[in-house]
Amino acid sequence: MPPSTEALQAIWLTVELATLTTLVLLVIATPIAWWLSGTRSRWRAPVSALVTLPLVLPPTVLGFYLLVAMGPDGLLGRLTLALGWGTLPFTFTGLLVGSIIFSLPFAVLPIQHAFEAIGPRPMEVAATLRARPLDAFFSVALPLARPGLITAAILSFAHTVGEFGVVLMIGGNIPGKTRVVSTQIYGHVEAMEYSQAHWLAGGMVLLSFVVLLALSLMKRRLGRVMP
Amino acid sequence: MKRGLLGVWIAGCLVGSAGSLAQAAEVSVAVAANFTAPMQKIAAAFEQDTGHKALLTFGSTGKFYAQIKSGAPFEVLLAADDETPARLEREGLGAPGMRFTYAIGRLVLWSRQPTLVDDQGDVLQTGRFERLALADPKLAPYGAAAVEVLNGLGLLKSLAPKFVQGGNIAQTHQYVATGNAELGFVALSQVFADGKLTRGSAWTVPARLHTPIRQDAVVLNAGKDKPAALAFMAYLRNDKARAIIRSFGYEL
Repeated sequence: MPPSTEALQAIWLTVELATLTTLVLLVIATPIAWWLSGTRSRWRAPVSALVTLPLVLPPTVLGFYLLVAMGPDGLLGRLTLALGWGTLPFTFTGLLVGSIIFSLPFAVLPIQHAFEAIGPRPMEVAATLRARPLDAFFSVALPLARPGLITAAILSFAHTVGEFGVVLMIGGNIPGKTRVVSTQIYGHVEAMEYSQAHWLAGGMVLLSFVVLLALSLMKRRLGRVMP
Repeated sequence: MKRGLLGVWIAGCLVGSAGSLAQAAEVSVAVAANFTAPMQKIAAAFEQDTGHKALLTFGSTGKFYAQIKSGAPFEVLLAADDETPARLEREGLGAPGMRFTYAIGRLVLWSRQPTLVDDQGDVLQTGRFERLALADPKLAPYGAAAVEVLNGLGLLKSLAPKFVQGGNIAQTHQYVATGNAELGFVALSQVFADGKLTRGSAWTVPARLHTPIRQDAVVLNAGKDKPAALAFMAYLRNDKARAIIRSFGYEL
């Protein structure tokens, strides 16, 4: 059976969402991970717990809270309304925000561990060589933490592709806008259209396998930079 | 001495639990999401009157069908449609000849805003809203009925860009209840209790505008020899249960 346009649309949307989520997460998670790995602040433990929270919450619960928070009564919703953007649920941006929050621990934890593994020593050496902190961060800490960054990217991407509860809840299942592969499969299964579901699920497994394989090969090659 | 007392106590417990087991049993019931509120009331009354306990699982009929096909141990299914129970019976998964319609669902156009929806549903013509929530018509009978109504009013094409679809009727209700969609088609039972609307504004869609949403109950193979399951089916048909079902806006 050839893929329907609906299926292709959902696949494309999934790839787009996962890629954007991964990119944004790398930018957000790196400073959080850096701060968590080095700080002695009393806020460290609460912030660390907060970052890990999405791992614990069932996706539909998280999705419901996001729906409330981004709705017209929620803090986030009031903010976006005041800015004239409307509310975020049922939009691609809303899905992106949801995915970022949902996958945050998958990005922060590997990067944080990579930074912790480096230890303070290389940065101290860089400082004695008169490198400014920001300079040293980009030319010493970040390259050394590359395996952690790649792991974070793999996990974020994979987790977003497989994400389902949050997407279904805040997405509204709109074709071409918020209907991704996982919600499409859900729809087929619920409608007892098992053959379409098999087709898509098989495609998703294959696609995910190829992406993960490529990333992990890349990690092995780039990982050799590690001392 | 001490040991003797303990023995008596254990024996007492065993006798006690065996006694209660003999009369009171459990029946596991899969219940369509739209029937959640009335079901909880009926289950409480059922336990009080018969001593049997109904273990309730709420979800979508499609998911229950898939689970039952894969051997889920439900003994009774209260579906959101009449097709799924018939199909289960045809496929030999339901006990033959025991199906009946336990409720006929009513569709309502509902908003949590107190004045948005008028009692004629004219708000649909004005289009003065951003988002209209409905259940996925492929998955939920209430969604299919909503599409039928809009189609009949000639508004399906013009309003389709404003659709947001819930995976089931419970999720659709959440979209409207949280204000993320200004209005939506939900089950009357979700916004109706004790004979009146619980909040917001609504248009109860006239039953002639869509095919009746007949919700059927079926005894599954796991339950066909269980007295508690049969007692539950019988209880669902008695006047007390029917009064509860009607008080949530279902027809019978």
